[in-house]
Formats: sequence, structure tokens, C-alpha cells
Amino acid sequence: MQSAVIVFPGSNCDRDLAEAIRLVTGRAPAMVWHRESELPDGIGLIAVPGGFSYGDYLRSGAIAARSPVMQAVKAAAERGVPVLGICNGFQILTETGLLPGALMRNAGIRFVGRDVALTVENSQSIFTSRYEAGERVTFPVAHHDGNYTADADTLDRLEGEGRIAFRYAEGVNGSARDIAGIVNAAGNVLGMMPHPERAVEAAHGRTDGRRLFEGLLEAVA
Amino acid sequence: MKYRILVTLKPGVLDPQGKAIHHALEGLGFDGVADVRAGKLIELDVADSVGPPEIEEMCRKLLANIVIENFRIEAAEPARA
Repeated sequence: MQSAVIVFPGSNCDRDLAEAIRLVTGRAPAMVWHRESELPDGIGLIAVPGGFSYGDYLRSGAIAARSPVMQAVKAAAERGVPVLGICNGFQILTETGLLPGALMRNAGIRFVGRDVALTVENSQSIFTSRYEAGERVTFPVAHHDGNYTADADTLDRLEGEGRIAFRYAEGVNGSARDIAGIVNAAGNVLGMMPHPERAVEAAHGRTDGRRLFEGLLEAVA
Repeated sequence: MKYRILVTLKPGVLDPQGKAIHHALEGLGFDGVADVRAGKLIELDVADSVGPPEIEEMCRKLLANIVIENFRIEAAEPARA
């Protein structure tokens, strides 16, 4: 499967994400710089990594969302190409408008960097098909702006349409309804604050994240 | 021509930074502060051909996130004759 990891100035999880994709799919993704306006032909997966793109200037993800490559990502997402945004990638996807809502400063103000328990809310998506609905998993988080916010109608719609993929099973950042990850209406775009790519091999201490990539490979292949 | 853009969180959106500032003011002994909200000030120096409609578009497309923020545009200095 041809995949791509988007790289911005200030991305710092791009290599971890590329390695997780390579490990599971057997093929290293193309690393696509933010100034590119085209993605590789026949692309099956686009991954937007964590980090501090553009130093989090203005708002986390705001500048990256207006970069040339994100126009190409948006167009691909609208064609149905799966897009996975993790941490800063989630912030970028909300700023791009591919996902609703916004990610604000953590309610406790502090940066949170630790393993957290999550509940897989929906196993019907292409991102969560290898998990059981209601299953408890543990992924690391590392963010300052992970406090998911949206108006009540949007939150109700996300709940009603089964678009909450992951929920925190413990207090982390003040997120509305403990939302850790959501998908778009078409189901091909996932944004999440926790880092599945940091839990894919034994050396990471846990491998709960691996099935996310395995499920994606199965869905795309 | 200079403009000032004031970006503020919408009412009802939790503002952890404002809360922290509030607590710090109380810690310094300033009583009677009912609430604190923190925002951003962005100054733009633009050509005379750029007017409020363009500035408003800049705000909607980039300077403010209208999901969570409001913005107000102020002319910082009068237009040259």
C-alpha cells in the first residue's frame, strides 16, 4: 500500500508514525513536505503526525492547515482516501475543517505526557475494526492542547452517528464528553490525541496501537 | 493603514489561561475581580487598497477560529486623506 506521512516544520512524530506504518504494511510511506501541492499517485493512506507544526503559532495546527499540502490532503479526503491525524495532526484536521470542533488548552493548563486508558467506542470504523467496541486500551498522550470542544449540537451528532472512536477512560484534559478521537461523517478521516504509533512493538512496552494500523491495511488493501 | 484585530474566546468557552490569571491576581491580593478572559491582539499594517472586507476575510480564514473565537476589527489609525 502506498501511503504518505505529511511533514511540517516542527513535526516531531513523523518518523515514529512512518516506522509504525512500515512495520505493519511492509512498505515505507512517502514523506511529503508541507510545501508540496501533490500527493503520490494511487495513495491509500495519508497520515498527519504529531508535533508542534509552526511552533503552535497563532493556534495549534492553524498555520499548517493553510499550507499547500493540506489542500491536496483535503481533496484526497473528499475522494475517500483514509486520513489519520494524530495529536497535532488532529488539531490540523479540525483547523482544516475536515473534522468538526476545536482542540483547546488542557483544562488543567499543564502539558500532559503519560499513558492513559481509553475506551474504543466504535469498532465499525476502518480505523477501529480490529478492536472490540467497549474494549479498554492504553496509548500514550503528549499534548498541551487536547481539550476537545464543539457546540452541543455537534457533540450530540457525533454521539448519535457513532463517530466517537475513542473516549478517555480517565480525566486527562477536560475534553467534552471525554472525547479522545472522532471520525468524519464519511468515516474515512480519524483525528485522535493519543499516540497509537507509540504502542506498536514490544520495545514500546505495549502494542495496543498496532491493531489500528493492521485494520487500516486490511480496509485499504 | 493599520488595523487591530482583537480575538477573544466565545462566551461559555472555558478559558484555562484566564482562570490561571484570575487565581494569580487573587494570590497577589487583588480582590473583587469577577472573571478574567485572555485573548489575542493582532496588528496588521496593510496597503490602502486593503479594506475592512478583506480584513474580515483574513479573520475568518486564519486569524480567528470561528468555532471557538470571536473577533473585532478596529482601525488603529485614521485613513490617510
